[in-house]
Amino acid sequence: MDALFFWLLAALAVIASLLVVGQRNPMYSVLLLIVSFGALSGLYVLLGAPFVAAIQIIIYAGAIMVLFLFVVMLLNAQHESQVAGYEARFTGGSFARRFGAALAVGLAIELGWAIRRLQATPLGGEGRAASTVYDIGLRLFRDYAFAFEATSVLILVAMVGAIVLARKEGS
Amino acid sequence: MNLLPEPTLNSYLVLSAVLFAIGTAGVFLRRNLITILLSIEVMLNAVNLTFVAVDRYLGAVDGQIIVFFVVTVAAAEAATGLAIVIALFRHRETLNPDAFRTLKW
Repeated sequence: MDALFFWLLAALAVIASLLVVGQRNPMYSVLLLIVSFGALSGLYVLLGAPFVAAIQIIIYAGAIMVLFLFVVMLLNAQHESQVAGYEARFTGGSFARRFGAALAVGLAIELGWAIRRLQATPLGGEGRAASTVYDIGLRLFRDYAFAFEATSVLILVAMVGAIVLARKEGS
Repeated sequence: MNLLPEPTLNSYLVLSAVLFAIGTAGVFLRRNLITILLSIEVMLNAVNLTFVAVDRYLGAVDGQIIVFFVVTVAAAEAATGLAIVIALFRHRETLNPDAFRTLKW
């Protein structure tokens, strides 16, 4: 049963991610990315990490993607526009594109090669209970307390930065 | 009869690698700032999947805590990144990164 769910969710995640990258309309990209996040969240449940699955839905799909949707709607720039005139002449769009595609294919091949060399490793921990929020909380607030506090400062800085950057000039 | 092989650690790592490669391809190939930011989110998620899978393999919770931090940093990155996109869009009325080649205008 686990195997069936794994392959279903994996296929869903890969197809949705491919469509995110292949879509011309950013609105559909954002919505498809939410599908991909849902599939990944299911995989986290299969891996015995319900806390991460919940975070994935609440923070990623619920908060970050809504932020993206807001910006897509605010800018109302539906389709990718080609840069016209002299701009296009200097950037050499097609060369950069081909070079980027070659790099991406190279990365995929290299990753596949590296993983093929691994021995097939069983996942392990069949009898183990799923890790609880209690375990994670203990570890987070004892051993990772400093990192946790640093993260809160980071969020504050990002918030102030976002307001400063997005503000209209002169106001 | 078993048509579908049981997922191993390797299956999760391969899935994560595939997602990461898709995200990288998106960053290289797309000419839309919003889609590029979305591709970065795909890459971050691929890394998260690796963390959780290895976490399960090792029987620890440290990987899940790091995923928590990754999600926080992703939120900060999305907020500042989108603010920059809005600021750029105000100047040039386009989302094409090729249009932003000057440091000053």
